[in-house]
Amino acid sequence: MRVTIPSPLFSYTNRREVVAQGATLAAVLLDLERQFPGLRFRMVDEQDQLRPHMRVFLGSSEMRDLAAPLDPAATLHIVQALSGG
Amino acid sequence: MAGTPALLVATRKGAFILKGDRSRRSWKVSAPIQLGHIIHHIVQDPRAPRELLMSTSTGHLGPTMLRSQDKGRTWKEVPKPPAFPKAAEGQKAHVLNHSFWLTPGHASEPGVWYAGASPQGLFRSEDGGNSWESVRGLNEHPEYSQWMGDVPNGTPDGPKLHSVLVDPRDRNHLYVGMSSGGVHESLDRGATWKALVNGMEVVGGFDASKLYMHDPHCLYYCPSNPDRLYQQNHCGIYRLDRPGEEWVRIGNNMPKKVGDVGFPIVVHPRDDKVAWVFPMDGSGVWPRTSPDGRPAAYVTKNGGAKWQRQDKGLPRKDAWWTVKRQAMCGDARDPVGLYFGTTSGEIWASRNEGAKWKCIAQHLPEIYAVQVAQL
Repeated sequence: MRVTIPSPLFSYTNRREVVAQGATLAAVLLDLERQFPGLRFRMVDEQDQLRPHMRVFLGSSEMRDLAAPLDPAATLHIVQALSGG
Repeated sequence: MAGTPALLVATRKGAFILKGDRSRRSWKVSAPIQLGHIIHHIVQDPRAPRELLMSTSTGHLGPTMLRSQDKGRTWKEVPKPPAFPKAAEGQKAHVLNHSFWLTPGHASEPGVWYAGASPQGLFRSEDGGNSWESVRGLNEHPEYSQWMGDVPNGTPDGPKLHSVLVDPRDRNHLYVGMSSGGVHESLDRGATWKALVNGMEVVGGFDASKLYMHDPHCLYYCPSNPDRLYQQNHCGIYRLDRPGEEWVRIGNNMPKKVGDVGFPIVVHPRDDKVAWVFPMDGSGVWPRTSPDGRPAAYVTKNGGAKWQRQDKGLPRKDAWWTVKRQAMCGDARDPVGLYFGTTSGEIWASRNEGAKWKCIAQHLPEIYAVQVAQL
């Protein structure tokens, strides 16, 4: 599936859009880590929770559950939350 | 270590390296490194001087660690930065906010490093910083929550473990400070720990027997006498001579108008009677700025019996900055060079043990740490 990348993570991907495989958000994040080592821990903490200011949208629906299934035809958007500054 | 005198400067918005001439009179500031990233600490490896580690955490992104193997010219993210273990179901889960403090391991253990974390935690690397393991003897200590308190009651920047000290005579002998949590000692490389807080005061009216009430800000041993420790605490300046276990509040000998609150403490590399502090205002709501807007270092040359003000060259008034606990350091030269960075982005240096100060850099972002290096 297509995954859009926010600018703070460009140092890992070198581009704004990448392709990753996986039936769940967790699987896609593991595939991103395989392709771009180090990226996942910047997004997900050691207790497997998305970090507080990271947001992930499937199309226009926000996802917080890493186990949630994904529609491979949709685009996954990784977004930096607007956190008041 | 041979090389050019240098300062490794960690700021809220990136890292900078200052390089000096051999006389330490003239300094040149590098271009920013990792501009925009929060840098907590940068330290050179004295056992492998081409190597440096940098701890960083960045706005929205999680914490990580960068390693340079060419004296800071290039940096590469390490494959496995510090992280707490994944908690079993029903166990309290810890999430690393950032690695706050870096300490190279013992001279006999090349490649070993320690990292003190926020929230309080200790991590060890045995491969030059590439991968890190939780020091379980501390991070999973049965009294961990009693040391830290149930609700993290640390500093405004987050509770933290700092001042990781490795005894130069014994690689198994460690000290750490925790804000909050007190001072702890291990004789077995971190497997077991013993609190060393006797004599340390806590905020008035509270119970000093509760470790979570103790807030050491910074501690160091004297390189010339590792059995002598100096400590700047939230509640005063202290000295401890081992094997004694009772800290003595040598800050009581500071001028009452200035007080003995501050963040950093620096010890002389060759004289265990000499130490420097940089007091801040701990009155009222704790502005943590220089008392009366008149910054000064204070030096003791007799183990804390007397303190002498050192403000020559510093602003005489209207200077309201703060020097954080990692932002003051000394070199090993004779006379000792002293350096500190301010929350207002200035770096000040003294080539003569604090007798006179000179501003060597300004307009940097808020400075978190200044560390001496030879590059």
